[in-house]
Amino acid sequence: MTVSFLAAAVVAGTPLLFATLGEIITEKAGNLNLGVEGMMLMGAVSGFYVGVTTNQPLLALAAAFLAGAGGALIFAVLTISLRANQVVSGLALTIFGTGFSGFIGQKLIGQVVPNNLKAFFKPFPFPLLNRIPILGEVLFSQDMFVYLGYAAAIVIGVYLYKTRLGMNLRAVGENPAAADAAGINITLNKYLHVLLGGALCGLGGAYLSLVYVPAWQENVIAGRGWIAVALVIFAAWNPYKAVIGAFLFGGLDIIGFRIQGTGFPVSLYFVDMLPYLATIVILVITSMKKSRENVPPKGLGVSYFREER
Amino acid sequence: MFRLVKRSEISRKKSIVIRLLAILLAFTAAGILLLTLDLNPLEVYASMIKGAFGSAYRVREVVIKTVPLVITSLGIAIAFKMLFWNIGADGQILMGAFAASYVALNYGDLPRFLLLLLMFVAGALGGGLWALIPGFFRAQWRTNETIITLMMNYVALKWITYLQYGPWKDPQAMGFPKIPNFTANAVLPKLFGVHVGWLIMLLLIVIIHVFLNHTKKGYEIAVLGESENTALYAGMNVKNTIVSAIFLSGALCGIAGMIEASAVSNTLSVEVSGGVGYTAIITTWLGALKPLVILLVSLLFAALLQGGSFIQTAHGIPESTALLLQGMILFFVLGSEFFIRYRVILRKE
Repeated sequence: MTVSFLAAAVVAGTPLLFATLGEIITEKAGNLNLGVEGMMLMGAVSGFYVGVTTNQPLLALAAAFLAGAGGALIFAVLTISLRANQVVSGLALTIFGTGFSGFIGQKLIGQVVPNNLKAFFKPFPFPLLNRIPILGEVLFSQDMFVYLGYAAAIVIGVYLYKTRLGMNLRAVGENPAAADAAGINITLNKYLHVLLGGALCGLGGAYLSLVYVPAWQENVIAGRGWIAVALVIFAAWNPYKAVIGAFLFGGLDIIGFRIQGTGFPVSLYFVDMLPYLATIVILVITSMKKSRENVPPKGLGVSYFREER
Repeated sequence: MFRLVKRSEISRKKSIVIRLLAILLAFTAAGILLLTLDLNPLEVYASMIKGAFGSAYRVREVVIKTVPLVITSLGIAIAFKMLFWNIGADGQILMGAFAASYVALNYGDLPRFLLLLLMFVAGALGGGLWALIPGFFRAQWRTNETIITLMMNYVALKWITYLQYGPWKDPQAMGFPKIPNFTANAVLPKLFGVHVGWLIMLLLIVIIHVFLNHTKKGYEIAVLGESENTALYAGMNVKNTIVSAIFLSGALCGIAGMIEASAVSNTLSVEVSGGVGYTAIITTWLGALKPLVILLVSLLFAALLQGGSFIQTAHGIPESTALLLQGMILFFVLGSEFFIRYRVILRKE
């Protein structure tokens, strides 16, 4: 019971993990993109549409990746090149993404993921690691998407903390003027990471529509994009901590079904509030204790304009 | 190749022209999208206009949709002016409607004027107190208000769902999950064919315009939005200003909720906000946080919504087209602001 619950929490947390990692990269470049929900919806609908029409799982993934990056491109042009307000641009992207997914998705309502794709995204034991007691069952008997999530977290962690390019990126987010003076191409750096971040959000969305549900449902993301934005703060912009946060919230997401099964006397609607309430509580607590590691990149949310230094 | 020069000043006419061009470009871009669906964009737009203004009934519908949009935008404008990103208007509308409905359902026999007045106050309190929670955290610990206000939308939605399916369910609705209708006394009267909410809206536009531009508190909000350090240096009580302004912001959204519950749906339901809290974010920004401009933009958007639901039945185009169009308009106007602030000068080699 507990092991199956934990394994299910990992599955429910995987879309959050992708989106959180995406937003971490974006924010590390100094861009606060509040369009995560919109980019996830764009990825979810594009991945699903291409998956259903072509029956090719890899094409579906590519479509979700590109759709997320496409949404991020709009945000990047507006905030990096045209220096528009980041908060409002992100909100606009969420509204646009909601419209986009409704527009494309209307003909998809009720459609189910073809068996070919279901088989491709079926859980399989990860060689060797699945033999670890308990952990093997919880973490390493999952589908390839989940493994991809682990890999993404590790790759991003190494990139940020152990490579020169990652250091450049952090410099861009912390002090763009200094990074510019050091010869780092600010615009290129910001564009690349905002786009990559959006692509990861798109993949997270596609996990929901292609594997988690797996059928088309309007507004399939249901606020998870916003929870991911909060998880970035919870994880203190650290990709490894993002894994823990995402799975914790995955657990909160599914706890309702489990509690219902036990006959515990609590209304389902209150249990449904849990992830949202927990997000609020976590944000308040992190803001109360101001530790040094919990501060966002210094240049976050501010457009950089060389001539205005 | 080219360089950018910051404009020192731009004539009002020029900036309006740039914004209108941006809106035109947005419609063009959306038109290209419609073309890919084998639809004639001009035909679609024409029938949107017909759907919004084609008959007296449709015009009334547009006005009815404008009212909550304007009142909510006024609330959001107060918060945005302070750079408090209140995106929890939807939840504040729901909680305002909830508080007003509590009065309507329990004291439905009171004289009409008294009952409506009580509902109005309850609505303002419901929305205001709901907004006060993130406002307090922001003032006290600088907690990120964007996410908290949004999370509270979901909490409010689940709360109303709980009431609708649980304790407030109408026992006479044959098991259908709905809250009982209000008594006749709890429904706002009509004036010139449209519920009196439009008059409340006009009054609030004037009041908020005066509040923001001609009162001490309004000035403090503007200073706080420009620079918190300046506000502190000038000796303002920053926490107090944040908290009271956010209460006012939420109270306005709550009033919108009360009007919708009383005059439009005659009861409380999960659909009472109808996404107004999100659309109002766009109208507020496009309205440049100015009450009068907000009225104009809200009229345009209400027409867009009304026209959007019309083309759904007439052409079988998804209703979300309207949402897509809204997002695009916002994108283009956001982008156009760059050309209001900067001049692009081509360099001759």
